[in-house]
Amino acid sequence: MLNSLVGIYGNGVPASTNSYESIQTVTVGAGGASSVDFTSIPSTYTHLQVRYINRSSSGSALSTFVRLNTDTSTANYSVHRLFGDGASVTAQGWGTGSFTAFVTGTTGGSDTANTFGVGIIDILDYANVNKYKTIRALGGYDANGSGQISLNSSTWLNTTAVNAIRLDSQNTFVQNSTFALYGIKA
Amino acid sequence: MASTYTPIATYTVASAQASYTFSSIPSTYTDLVLIGSCKSSAGSGSSYSLGMRFNGDAGTNYSSTYIIGSGSTATSGRSTSASYMMPAGTMAWSASSEFTPMIVNIPNYSNTTTYKTAIGRGSQTGAYVMGSVGLWRSTSAINSITVAPEFSLNFEAGSTFTLYGIKAA
Repeated sequence: MLNSLVGIYGNGVPASTNSYESIQTVTVGAGGASSVDFTSIPSTYTHLQVRYINRSSSGSALSTFVRLNTDTSTANYSVHRLFGDGASVTAQGWGTGSFTAFVTGTTGGSDTANTFGVGIIDILDYANVNKYKTIRALGGYDANGSGQISLNSSTWLNTTAVNAIRLDSQNTFVQNSTFALYGIKA
Repeated sequence: MASTYTPIATYTVASAQASYTFSSIPSTYTDLVLIGSCKSSAGSGSSYSLGMRFNGDAGTNYSSTYIIGSGSTATSGRSTSASYMMPAGTMAWSASSEFTPMIVNIPNYSNTTTYKTAIGRGSQTGAYVMGSVGLWRSTSAINSITVAPEFSLNFEAGSTFTLYGIKAA
């Protein structure tokens, strides 16, 4: 606070600014939603982070797909994950042509009521036009007798700056599923 | 611009104690993040996890699913209908010079519609790396968090915990 006052009233350093900023938040309403979009993402940050809780309308132990800049072609994504289901550990990898990016650990209608999957998705250097984009995620859920915890890493084989993120459910995100996009400045 | 990622409270253990509680947590944030650097009073070779309870609830309303790598083996396990969740991982033991870092995220902690889920990571040098997710079967908004080494040992002096709030637009 002192720094801010000096910056305003004197010749001190400028008032501090936030380096972690909320860009947009989407909470699914009563009708549900098959997907959630973040669009027109400004290029002024260094990294992006999506934090969420979600549940799908049917099924169990699901994944949420992540598509960048409306690119739904599996030819442009590769994915790896390490996950545990409470009984065993599985390490898997898929080259291009199998899936778009995805995060593991979304609950569905067959899972215990009121349980939602949670996760954090990081896209570092998202606006850099010299790098492919890596989508790193920690996701999971627990339903008192079932559950998943997963580390996922996906590559979007495109150097274009990310300006849109779509999160697709395997069926429909239910009400109260919430996705929040944050920007981090260096 | 108002702060998005805000420190709420921090605590450093001065002498060995069984637990610590962050209380009167405001409901004005979207997510909570607990960052710890801690070790327990466990003897060498015994690893105890960070235990967590919400709102003073000591009932068997918690469960966890975790994945753990030991350097040679990867396993996954769970606890069910337990009196605490284990959302981060194991802590360094008493004789160690290490304090285990861990980060626990609690998204949408103040909604009154969903059960509360926490997800986190931890790493105990020379022993384990872990990821874990825990469930509290309550739709109550979280207003306090109690941490303890599985509610059976002590935190050692020097252990620190900082609670942050993240506010979405």
